[in-house]
Amino acid sequence: MSNNNTQFLLSADTRATIDHWVGKFPPEQKRSAVIQALMSAQEQNNGWLSEASMGAVADYLGLPKIQVYEVASFYSMFDLEPVGRHKVNICTNISCMLRGAEDVVKHIEATLGIKLGETTDDGRITLIVEEECLAACCGAPMMVVDGHYHENLDVEKIDKILAGLK
Amino acid sequence: MNSPENKLVQIEINGITTQAQAGSMIIEAADLLGIEIPRFCYHPKLSIAANCRMCLVDVEKAPKPMPACATPVMEGMKVFTQSRRAEDAQRGVMEFLLINHPLDCPICDQGGECELQDQAMGYGRSVSRFSESKRVVVDKDVGSLIQTEMTRCIHCTRCVRFLDEIAGTSEMGGIGRGDSTEIGTMVARSIDSEMSGNIIDVCPVGALTNKPFRFSARAWELMARPSVAAHDGVGSNLYYHTRRGDLMRAVPRDNEALNQCWMSDRDRYSHFGLRSDARLSKPLLRDAKGKLQEVDWDTALNAAAGILKDSGESLGMLFSASAFNEEYLLARRLLDGLGSKRIDSRLRESAFADDATRLEQFECPTAEISTADVVLLIGSNIHTDAPILGHHLRQAWRSNQAAIYALQPRAYNYHFETAATSVVNPQAMLSSLLSMAAALGDDLESADLPAQIISAISSATADEFAQDTIKSLKAADNPLIILGNMANSHANADFIRILSQAISKSLNARINMISAGGNPTGARKYGAQPAADGLDVQQMLENPGKGWLLWDVDPELDFDNPAAARAALASGNMVAVGSFQSPLVTEFARVVLPLAAVAESEGSLTNFDGDRQPLSPAGKAPGMSKPGWKILRQLGSLTEVEGFEFIGLSDLQSTDEFKVRDNKELDKIAEVTGLQRLGEVGIYSVNAECRHTVALQESQLASLAAISMHPQDIEKHGLQAGASVCIRQAGENISLPLQADSSIAIGCALLPAAITATATLGSAWETIKVEAK
Repeated sequence: MSNNNTQFLLSADTRATIDHWVGKFPPEQKRSAVIQALMSAQEQNNGWLSEASMGAVADYLGLPKIQVYEVASFYSMFDLEPVGRHKVNICTNISCMLRGAEDVVKHIEATLGIKLGETTDDGRITLIVEEECLAACCGAPMMVVDGHYHENLDVEKIDKILAGLK
Repeated sequence: MNSPENKLVQIEINGITTQAQAGSMIIEAADLLGIEIPRFCYHPKLSIAANCRMCLVDVEKAPKPMPACATPVMEGMKVFTQSRRAEDAQRGVMEFLLINHPLDCPICDQGGECELQDQAMGYGRSVSRFSESKRVVVDKDVGSLIQTEMTRCIHCTRCVRFLDEIAGTSEMGGIGRGDSTEIGTMVARSIDSEMSGNIIDVCPVGALTNKPFRFSARAWELMARPSVAAHDGVGSNLYYHTRRGDLMRAVPRDNEALNQCWMSDRDRYSHFGLRSDARLSKPLLRDAKGKLQEVDWDTALNAAAGILKDSGESLGMLFSASAFNEEYLLARRLLDGLGSKRIDSRLRESAFADDATRLEQFECPTAEISTADVVLLIGSNIHTDAPILGHHLRQAWRSNQAAIYALQPRAYNYHFETAATSVVNPQAMLSSLLSMAAALGDDLESADLPAQIISAISSATADEFAQDTIKSLKAADNPLIILGNMANSHANADFIRILSQAISKSLNARINMISAGGNPTGARKYGAQPAADGLDVQQMLENPGKGWLLWDVDPELDFDNPAAARAALASGNMVAVGSFQSPLVTEFARVVLPLAAVAESEGSLTNFDGDRQPLSPAGKAPGMSKPGWKILRQLGSLTEVEGFEFIGLSDLQSTDEFKVRDNKELDKIAEVTGLQRLGEVGIYSVNAECRHTVALQESQLASLAAISMHPQDIEKHGLQAGASVCIRQAGENISLPLQADSSIAIGCALLPAAITATATLGSAWETIKVEAK
């Protein structure tokens, strides 16, 4: 977890997104919008959540900072350290594992020269450390790149996807 | 639990039939019957989490064991807490809890008083079947008061719930997920609640322990001695744990009407200050060369009695507001016997025109604060004035949805939400109160009000905050007004009190005044305040007499106006009775007599509710120090004053009634121009005991030697935040760093009192000048 003591201001877009989600819940239950609020703050902050950005979300929703941090540290889709421009999440849960996810991981690690959890030197790609089942077992093995699902992976397909990430 | 009516249901636990409140949990019914169900996460004062699973019991017709803490009782329910299925479940849970728990009881401070250890004896296996590696959790540094050893944590979340629900600071949480979950703070922050030490008590294992106490004693070496805390007037009950007469630590003693099962950090840790090197342990007498020399008690007492007799009617007694009732009573007898009328214990105050009508006792007892529905707080950071009162007020907000209005010179960080706040300079607080009185219109009971206030009300300007507050208080079923330490030390505190009492009376509200000190109610009741023609502290300092008796007072840090105190005390012969050394006493005193602290002495304290609580000594006093009543008894005998013929404290009979003096005419409200000082006394600066407690001084809540102003004021005065500035007051200059703090009212500067850095300055609430260096 990196410290970031500079102030973090939620952008108008981020605030609009949070307001949209807050509107879906009863007024006294703003806490319900915390996941979506963190998602948009993460998007604004180049893919990761600094302490200041979590603090800004907490202040905006009127929550104790620790309650926001609890959520951010719980879910794997939140990154608490700086990440590359693209996030690659490879599913290694049971269905994908049976369909060769381990080879997918090996191939990608070899191609990019980094291990799971690391970021390429040029700041292009981060391999997210561990991903639970992403609910696409019918297309196993699969991975998610910047929120987009890619199923029935093979070496050719993977290389093409990775090459497309600038 | 909320049930529409108080319905009782019949249940059976282990074959015993009992009645239980509908909606209550099995564990509560079992506790009432004295049937023990093991538990870790359940705590009667906290919400139910049901996450440790230790309290699993067997319920007839239930398909699986049920958590007793989270299963409501039902009519005809049959519960078995020791059936095969219940015990299997409990043993299974215990085995899982111990999987990641280090078996380090021999080096754990909790050893011997550990809920996990005790219950592992009852429900654990003698040999662990777990041979894999255990997880290790990196420790957190949460400050100077609490030691963490998070590998021992079993994730019961009692600490998380305490800080969230009771303390209201929500500083801890469960970080991470699954087998890597850790209980911790937001990114290695310290825990800064003024009630933080309670997480040590609620922690069922050795994950959170008392840091200054660590490794100094074992639970089985300690004797629990009941006592009462004397840092605020709540009279919180506690136990001192002692070993061979030494105070080792303090823990709360249940008293549902006062502190419940909680304790403030100030009450928990301050006794460590009693071990400070600054303690006085021998009588001292100034010799011919002007040096203080150690002498025996007889010599010192004879010298002291000589000074007292010699001073006669011009003897001034300046008392701490945390002394025992009996000390006040005997001091007053001595004073009367010597023919003097100079005594006061309100050293941090400066406005005394309302002595006769001032209330020292709460109209709303501590236990009923949580039933208030609309509250007006005037000049009070209630969490530092008296942390336990802050807790009760938070409960009024939390469980009674109380609307709380606050009028103050600084936006204090309350642990509750306010309905509205007005952050204005101390002078404008008066205007706001006048505006409230005006808003009452014909409802204002003005019969007893001084003409000056009546005319001020008629020319009051309306302000929205005041009108909203009055409207809300009027509509309330159970309105309450609370005056805090700041209001009582205000330069026009008498004006504030008279006006607030009139407002309160007109509204049929109750009013509570939080005066500083551990026994302000007793001080007034037992004669430590001036009677007719008597002189208050202000007048005594203006017209010093021939002699002084200082009682547990540090002249530099315990007066509203240290500069005036220094000037006054420099003349006349001083007898100083006290527990701690202080530079001005060393400089001025002719005789110094070492005093046993409250925890080491015998006597009684009267709390805000008016209840007298007797105390017996918990620890032994250092060296030759003596309890105050013994010192006074001997001074009384030596000066041949009547009323000192008793032997033990139990022989001391008193039917003495002490009348305080009549109200006087109020001072004119001075037009204030310039920067107004907010001379707050920090939570851990209230008395010498706290000031000498290193652990408290190292915590985040301790007063900073700095001056803070609103950013707009900093800009207006052409200053630079972060830079060192020159502060002028009462002909003295000091330099301190300047901080920007937007919680402070415009036109004010927060410059704490009761710290060495400001000990040469004048009154805590005067105007000051701040200049760039």
